[in-house]
Amino acid sequence: MTMSDEWPLWEVFVRPKAGLDHRHCGSLHAADAKMALELAREVYTRRQEGVSLWVVRSSDITASDPGDKDMYFDPMADKVYRHPTFYQLPDAVDHM
Amino acid sequence: MSAGSESGVAASQRPPVAPAVHYVLRYADTCLVHAQRLGEWCGHAPVLEEDIALANLALDLLGQARSLLTRAGEIEGHGRDENRLAYWRDEHEFFNLTLAELPLRRPSGQAAGGDFADTVVRNLLLSCWLHEAWRGLQSSCDDDLAAIAAKAVKESRYHREHAAGWVVRLGDGSDESHRRMAAALDRAWPYTAEMFARDTVEAVAEAGGLGPARDTLRTAWLAAVRPVLAEATLAMPEETPFVSTGSAGVHSEHLGYLLAEMQVLQRRHPGGRW
Repeated sequence: MTMSDEWPLWEVFVRPKAGLDHRHCGSLHAADAKMALELAREVYTRRQEGVSLWVVRSSDITASDPGDKDMYFDPMADKVYRHPTFYQLPDAVDHM
Repeated sequence: MSAGSESGVAASQRPPVAPAVHYVLRYADTCLVHAQRLGEWCGHAPVLEEDIALANLALDLLGQARSLLTRAGEIEGHGRDENRLAYWRDEHEFFNLTLAELPLRRPSGQAAGGDFADTVVRNLLLSCWLHEAWRGLQSSCDDDLAAIAAKAVKESRYHREHAAGWVVRLGDGSDESHRRMAAALDRAWPYTAEMFARDTVEAVAEAGGLGPARDTLRTAWLAAVRPVLAEATLAMPEETPFVSTGSAGVHSEHLGYLLAEMQVLQRRHPGGRW
């Protein structure tokens, strides 16, 4: 592992309000988790973007390789039977 | 609005402010001056994210200052609004703690400035003090002051946490950061006695239910500061007999430069708006 002068990078996720999901909104450098949370509050909630913050060390995120996009995601294209659009709901319960 | 004087009375002849107004201005001016000092870091802080954090702190403090200045002007009843009070008072009419006006980022007079440790230490000492003051002011007999305090206490709670985090990281950090933090703490400590100095202004405010006399804040302040210093492996400096006098209107040589920069635009273009 290479040593760096830079603080570790953290990814920041904000949840706009209760019931919704945390969305990725950016990243920042911080020395530790608590500082990352405080700085996320400073940098990413200036315009009342949300009520909850997650910070994750960027090195803890495993991402799919863009080069594998075809292999990973194309096979789903011909499995439309997985979508719930083919079901006819009886009128009695058709208000979902 | 005419420049500089009210109804033809020269500045040196203006009567002193009423104790209630003086009491509120002590907090208003401390917030204003500290905000001004923190603003000096904007664009120059050692870390990008901390630069934004300091600006946010300064904006919180400025908001507190504006509310308090407005209220002080109303209590005074001479028609002075927040702008009049911020931009048209001279040094001897400002009642901030001397600690707030000492240099921070930039040199002032003969003082070097520029050590981030001073900012970190001052943020801790002042935010803990303001937090105790806000807590007490929430039960002020003046409803507006109580409302201002109720909002500000949330901000000061965060300021305290933020400051404490830095004090611990730098104090219990490398040899160099620890050395600088200890030196900064030694520089700042003598100016903390003023935070708890009891005088007539404080006594009158306490008696009238306007707010707590600041000597009553000391115990809670120490209870907040002591554990942070301990975790930061910093020794609490000795008490000395020195008491600074900014809150009585007698300031160090630094306030003049600060006010000159803060007030020049308004004074050069009175009533200017954009």
